[in-house]
Amino acid sequence: MLRRALLSSASPLHGRARIPRPSHSPIQALLPQWSRYASVASSSVPPQPPPPPPPSPPRGPSRSGDGGPTVSSLNPAEVAKFASIAETWWDSSGPFKPLHVMNPTRLSFIRSTLCRHFRRDPNSSKPLEGLKVIDVGCGGGILSEPLARMGATVTAIDAVDKNIKIASIHAASDPTTASIEYCCATAEELVKEKRLFDAVISLEVIEHVANPLEFCESLSALTVPNGATVVSTINRSMRAYATAIVAAEYILRWLPRGTHEWSKLVTPEELVLMLQKASVSVEEMVGFVYNPLSGEWSLSDDISVNYIAFGVKKSEASSTNGREASLS
Amino acid sequence: MLSRRRCFAAAASRIRPLARAFCGAPASGAPRSQDHSHTKKVAGVKAPPDVLDVAIVGGGMVGLAVACALSNMPLTKHLKTAIIDSNPALKSRGYLDKNSTPDSRVSTVTPATISFFRDIGAWEHVQQQRHAFFGKMQVWDYTGLGYTRYNARDVGKKYLGCVVENKVLCNSLLLRLKEELDDIENVIYPTRLVSLTFPLKSRQAGMKPASSEPLSIGHTTEELHCSNLVKLDLSDGRMLYSKLVIGADGSKSNVRQIASIKTTGWNYPQSAIICTVEHVVENDCAWQRFLPSGPIALLPIGNNFSNIVWTMSPEESLRHKSMSPEEFVKSVNHALDFGYGPHPRSTALDHYMEQFFSGIGNTATSTKECFEVPPKATGVVSERMAFPLSLMHSHDYVSKRLALVGDAAHTVHPLAGQGVNLGFGDAAALAKVIAEGVSVGSDVGDLTLLQRYEKDRKAANVAMTAVLDGFQKMYSVDFGPLNIVRAAAFHGAQYISPLKKSIISYAMGDKKWPLFP
Ligand SMILES: Cc1cc2nc3c(=O)[nH]c(=O)nc-3n(C[C@H](O)[C@H](O)[C@H](O)COP(=O)(O)OP(=O)(O)OC[C@H]3O[C@@H](n4cnc5c(N)ncnc54)[C@H](O)[C@@H]3O)c2cc1C
Ligand SMILES: C[S@@+](CC[C@H](N)C(=O)[O-])C[C@H]1O[C@@H](n2cnc3c(N)ncnc32)[C@H](O)[C@@H]1O
Repeated sequence: MLRRALLSSASPLHGRARIPRPSHSPIQALLPQWSRYASVASSSVPPQPPPPPPPSPPRGPSRSGDGGPTVSSLNPAEVAKFASIAETWWDSSGPFKPLHVMNPTRLSFIRSTLCRHFRRDPNSSKPLEGLKVIDVGCGGGILSEPLARMGATVTAIDAVDKNIKIASIHAASDPTTASIEYCCATAEELVKEKRLFDAVISLEVIEHVANPLEFCESLSALTVPNGATVVSTINRSMRAYATAIVAAEYILRWLPRGTHEWSKLVTPEELVLMLQKASVSVEEMVGFVYNPLSGEWSLSDDISVNYIAFGVKKSEASSTNGREASLS
Repeated sequence: MLSRRRCFAAAASRIRPLARAFCGAPASGAPRSQDHSHTKKVAGVKAPPDVLDVAIVGGGMVGLAVACALSNMPLTKHLKTAIIDSNPALKSRGYLDKNSTPDSRVSTVTPATISFFRDIGAWEHVQQQRHAFFGKMQVWDYTGLGYTRYNARDVGKKYLGCVVENKVLCNSLLLRLKEELDDIENVIYPTRLVSLTFPLKSRQAGMKPASSEPLSIGHTTEELHCSNLVKLDLSDGRMLYSKLVIGADGSKSNVRQIASIKTTGWNYPQSAIICTVEHVVENDCAWQRFLPSGPIALLPIGNNFSNIVWTMSPEESLRHKSMSPEEFVKSVNHALDFGYGPHPRSTALDHYMEQFFSGIGNTATSTKECFEVPPKATGVVSERMAFPLSLMHSHDYVSKRLALVGDAAHTVHPLAGQGVNLGFGDAAALAKVIAEGVSVGSDVGDLTLLQRYEKDRKAANVAMTAVLDGFQKMYSVDFGPLNIVRAAAFHGAQYISPLKKSIISYAMGDKKWPLFP
């Protein structure tokens, strides 16, 4: 399966050259999207009836016979979407361009909140030195690599095997990022292994998971008591629909159509409540706003479209987890 | 359970350790042919090549300023940096003699440059060596129709600028760098760049796993690490790898040419003669007079010495270079006094201008200062050098893992002494962008990061280039009516305080754009 996806995305018909295709109206785009993705990934045959279940499901332990429904947050259709465009993670003008452009802004938020929370020197070039950090849903490692350069000991996981391969190869070319531990896994699998991290970061993933509440609970379970949990996503507001989905997916063509499904988006209130329920109290939340003139993102109070939340895992929540991830 | 998962640290400990240093071989799938040559060459060398964060090609004023700024900021001081330049001046480790005859290559540094030098801790070294502040400036032209005097008082400053020999600026940066670094000898490579090899355009090509094995066994970890870096071959046979190459190698930049970055520009049909002259008294003002063939500037450099930058046709410059020193001094004094035309004085035009501008409701107290004649030169004390003048602007300042600074990115008409100030502006901006990148964990050679530097500097440099080019055109054409316009411009500058202020501010580097303060 993996092979096939690789081969087909390498064929000249695909890549980024536009294949003329019947146009889809935005209304249709709100329907489940995986078929469109799968068709990009699987063959050059024009639109077909929905192909069989998407390629490259994760090969985690959960698939190998011990049975437990540990992949509750996994949405196969979503996973297929990302598998189909995995090759393009590091093309800074490709489908993941928004993540590249947004990266310095979201990292500056993470840097400042983590420096404050863990009492690190904000002028240090490696302020996260000694902190165990996990990047959940790391994709090609766009966030994981800077975290490693900032000194963190990074573990990065993604449900798509191909993403993990691309991320590992990319990171290997720089000694400072070569130490990142990349695994094809879901958050639930690591919870089962009782892995713990000082900071758990999951950016632009929650809108793609099957069950956001369970996902939040997994993120919390991976965080040491008093540790940090950082989540970013897109708001479910009319403005988010207008900007993030219509503009980004249909007009600017930044994102492949169907990257986001309206009904799966999470509002800031919902996120705070879900994290709260999972014993993480959100202490800071900011929005990202895009300035089309400068082409840059900046932090803002406006959380109506893109936003990021920093929370702290309650300390009384579980003492059985053991506190010794690596703090101090 | 863990064992069954496809889990690997990116460095893949199974990659076998470095056997031989042939770092340049690309990762799997990439063509190897071009790399054979250096594989062979390096096989005999014991030490593996140095791997750097930042390689600065050219240790002139601007290259040293970048190095100094990087070594001075907490976020960037850890970066492994090298300066590549065979210039023997980089061997200096002490102050230059204040009592020697001043060098003829000098720069007029603006307050913006001075504050940059202060920030990076290099200004105190300038102060220990020869430099000359000036608080007055007089600009006039040969037609006798107009003149203008600028005074630092008008903009509430203590001085308008400072004239410093280029070698003093370089030496001060070098001394500061020595203070900041554990061992400066490890940072300066006294050699020249021969060639640059950039990583394959699309790393995707090398990345697409040909087999299901993602990390190619058979390549060393070092090979893998270097496949994404720029390779620099040096004239002493050494080679380096770097995440970022900074081209600070002057207007004929090798780096720019190797990276095939295109330029726009033209040569002015003019050359500049530069030299040092002596007076009997100390000169405390910067003088510039526009002659039919171009401007002549007389800049104070301290100890009764002044620097001359005189623009003229190439033939004239040859003649002035070869004439006897006595004849040359006579010619300079002539050009700065009655040569080519009368002194400007209050004329009908002056009166008209006064009326015209008084209507604009200018309330600022612009004092009309009297025209003065510059102090006479009594001898020429240095070699006379002639340079052809050119304007050049690079289409791009950056590409992946590359940034150009200073004359490598742009040369301007030396008219307003802005050349190196723009270069120092580049150095400050680039260092700041690199620090911002480090703070958010970016790769220092990342193109999106470097583009922020380009965006910041291009606008400023293009504006200044255009202004100076416009000036050059305006002052090198000798048409009657134009002279009046030009004189009016002088008068305008003399009379309208806000405009004058904005011209001074712009020339001093405080402002981004001259006409929209
Ligand atoms: C006649 C004249 C008068 C001027 N007057 C003024 C003035 O009054 N005020 C002002 O601000 N500016 C003036 N300028 C401009 C000013 O001199 C330049 O802007 C300034 O020198 C640029 O500095 P730089 O470091 O970019 O380049 P440069 O000073 O040219 O330094 C380049 C360095 O790179 C090195 N190099 C080159 N190739 C290689 C290689 N392949 N490998 C390794 N090293 C290499 C060289 O050895 C040199 O040290 C004047 C210029 C001229 C021509
Ligand atoms: C929009 S990308 C975000 C990538 C990365 N976090 C970033 O911001 O740069 C979403 C990623 O989440 C992954 N993903 C989706 N559902 C997941 C799940 N349940 N568990 C782990 N990863 C998942 C996808 O494979 C995809 O790589």
